[in-house]
Amino acid sequence: MVELSDGNLGSNKPHQPPANWRVYFSFSTDHKVIGIQYLVTSFIAYLFAGLFAMVIRGELMTPPSDLVDRSLYNGLFTMHGTLMIFGWIFPSLVGLSNYFVPLMIGARDMAFPRLNAVSFWMLPPAGLLLMAGFFVPGGAAQAGWWSYPPVSLQNPSGSLINGEAVWIVGVAIYGISSILGAVNFVATIFRLRAPGMTLFRMPIFVWTTLSAQIIQLFGIPSVTAAVVLLFFDLEFGTGFFNPAKGGDPILYQHLFWFYSHPAVYVMILPAFGIVSEVLPVFARKPLFGYKVVAISSIMIAALSFLVWAHHMFASGTPNWMRILFMITSMAIAVPTGIKVFSWTATIWGGKLRLTAAMHFAIGFVAMFLFAGITGVMLASVPVDIHVNNTYFVVGHFHYVVYAGTVSGIYAAIYYWFPKMTGRMLNENWGKIHFWLNFIGLNLLFIPMHQLGLLGMLRRVASYDPQYQPLNVVASIGGFLLGVSTLPFIFNVVISWTRGKRAVANPWRALGLEWTIPSPPPVENFAKIPVVTGMPYGYGLIEPTPAQPTASE
Amino acid sequence: MDTPAQPAPIASAHHEEPDNRMFGVTILLLSESMLFFVFFAAYVALRLTSPRWLPAGVDGLEVIRPAINTVVLVSSSFVIFFAEKALERNNLTLFRGLLLLTSAMGGYFLLGQAIEWRSLPFGLTTGQFGSTFYLLTGFHGLHVLVGILLQLGVFARSFVAGLYTPEKHFGLSAASLFWHFVDVIWLILFALLYLWQSPAVQG
Ligand code: HEM
Ligand SMILES: [Cu+2]
Repeated sequence: MVELSDGNLGSNKPHQPPANWRVYFSFSTDHKVIGIQYLVTSFIAYLFAGLFAMVIRGELMTPPSDLVDRSLYNGLFTMHGTLMIFGWIFPSLVGLSNYFVPLMIGARDMAFPRLNAVSFWMLPPAGLLLMAGFFVPGGAAQAGWWSYPPVSLQNPSGSLINGEAVWIVGVAIYGISSILGAVNFVATIFRLRAPGMTLFRMPIFVWTTLSAQIIQLFGIPSVTAAVVLLFFDLEFGTGFFNPAKGGDPILYQHLFWFYSHPAVYVMILPAFGIVSEVLPVFARKPLFGYKVVAISSIMIAALSFLVWAHHMFASGTPNWMRILFMITSMAIAVPTGIKVFSWTATIWGGKLRLTAAMHFAIGFVAMFLFAGITGVMLASVPVDIHVNNTYFVVGHFHYVVYAGTVSGIYAAIYYWFPKMTGRMLNENWGKIHFWLNFIGLNLLFIPMHQLGLLGMLRRVASYDPQYQPLNVVASIGGFLLGVSTLPFIFNVVISWTRGKRAVANPWRALGLEWTIPSPPPVENFAKIPVVTGMPYGYGLIEPTPAQPTASE
Repeated sequence: MDTPAQPAPIASAHHEEPDNRMFGVTILLLSESMLFFVFFAAYVALRLTSPRWLPAGVDGLEVIRPAINTVVLVSSSFVIFFAEKALERNNLTLFRGLLLLTSAMGGYFLLGQAIEWRSLPFGLTTGQFGSTFYLLTGFHGLHVLVGILLQLGVFARSFVAGLYTPEKHFGLSAASLFWHFVDVIWLILFALLYLWQSPAVQG
């Protein structure tokens, strides 16, 4: 193992933060400010959604429904899922991409800086609107984050302003914001690359951001159309999905999953990209099979639109369709497997530096492998029919989104924090965070798989006493996971204000973002760089010292 | 493997160059077409699976007047094309005249649609036929309205000196691309709603 050092690269002088904290409350057009605005806002949504999860797990400690009443329980899991997906996972990844894509391709900003700010400023109202759902007549939406009709059309309060309607408007605002963001990312990556930054010299994180944003561009309209029609059914009594009026609730499921399956790749692809950045740096080896990894991202994005009906195996889907979608779903395992193989080969025989970022990245690979296996199981029709709507599904997708994506986000924050703030995060606190998180999430999500196989249904507040022991284990895991956030928050706050100053390139990495001071000056590059090589030449070449910039 | 990134002095790039913006507008419209595509798919799916498509007492839509409307809307696409050409030849007066003509034709289309809406014997909640009909035409009409507002905006701004020149007229190009888009969508809509009628007269 190589010891971490942060002062051995010549002209790496620590750099003063360029902005004071007030700028984060302003309509800034600097992609770096917007990136941090996204990250912090989404983290707040994460805390609320996590708080709801704690209440849910508290309720599930005992078989009867005793902690919260049933309609509040429904509201809580609906809001938990919705906020986690639309309020936390998407925006935090967008925040990271916002901050780093321009730096990684050698651009001074996003293609449309003002549009970028507009996309961000749609989030706080959308989040507040969702939260307001708890206070409207009848309480928050209760139909789960997928909002299937006819459940979502029930509207017991009879009021025009009801939880479901508020939910739809909130989600639609998130959707519009995401589409504008996607336009910006695609334009930035296609139009603003520095000279010499060919497509096949782009870091994998840029490739995965591009793939994810293309999914957003073509997928979100589908879910938007679905919820607009739902809104009409709910508020104006039309009959698109309402079976009582001759509508077709299955049509909603098609429209919803046509986007929402690809959406899981919007959540996991950037995390793939992050891991592909972190592993080579701390293994000091080039990313194995760079080109194949890059292309597999686009393949995943394309294939992801062909598998949606695997969420509907139990919805009366005809058999020919089930088999077709079983095959396409399993086909996605191929490009995904390529990635896992590449990461393993990258770590293999490397000189590993086990930093906190590396902990999260390796944890990601191990746990994602497990999530991938249960995913292939679910893609097979007979298994899915058996565990449909049980905790097996809940366990599987939390493995993907939590053990997968959230680990990726944490890895990114430990890796890029010095670049973003000009300060080092404390490594020991980071490792404590990792281990609490790792133990907590396995205690929480592994028993869920078993519960599902035993037949415990999801979205229920009370259950048969035979399921209690596993539920208690899961709840303890859940609370541990909640606690694990504390050392992280503590670390970030303390390090940001008085951590050790970071040099331009503390990890001796090769990407363009590490050639400029930490934190980067306002227009990033004093002179737009000319790129002459790949970002992953570890062990083959030594990093050049940071290049002179305007401030020196 | 090549050598790492080597910053070297070159001229810096500008933000929001006109061609970047046109690129952005184009992909935004690609995304919008997905939205319409999904509505069309929903229309076809509902129509093919619905046991009773037309509401009682309704045996289809009148085609002639919407067809005239279609001709007007499609021609307006050519008018705005020539407006752009006029600006490129630096003929500001012709450019403004043609632009106004385009929005007038769009206004005629909207008016025709409003008259049709008022004369129809079914409403938004009269079964799926009514629901999909008003949804599709209403949503498209909203786009026509936005297109007209964009054109009037360009018209007003063309009086600010230097904003629209033969070489530089992003606003006009964007408004015109949007208008072509709205037109193409209408043609599909017209085919789906008005021309594809006979086999659906069931029950
Ligand atoms: C502290 C960590 C977490 C805990 C304890 C937790 C726990 C739970 C529980 C118990 C449910 C209810 C399952 C059901 O009855 O169907 C649930 C649902 C859900 N969770 Fe989590 N979760 C956590 C983190 C996350 C994260 C990071 C995401 C990110 C996307 C997420 C997304 C969802 C979704 C989409 C649902 C489905 C909600 C619905 O059925 O509508 N969760 N979670
Ligand atoms: Cu799926």
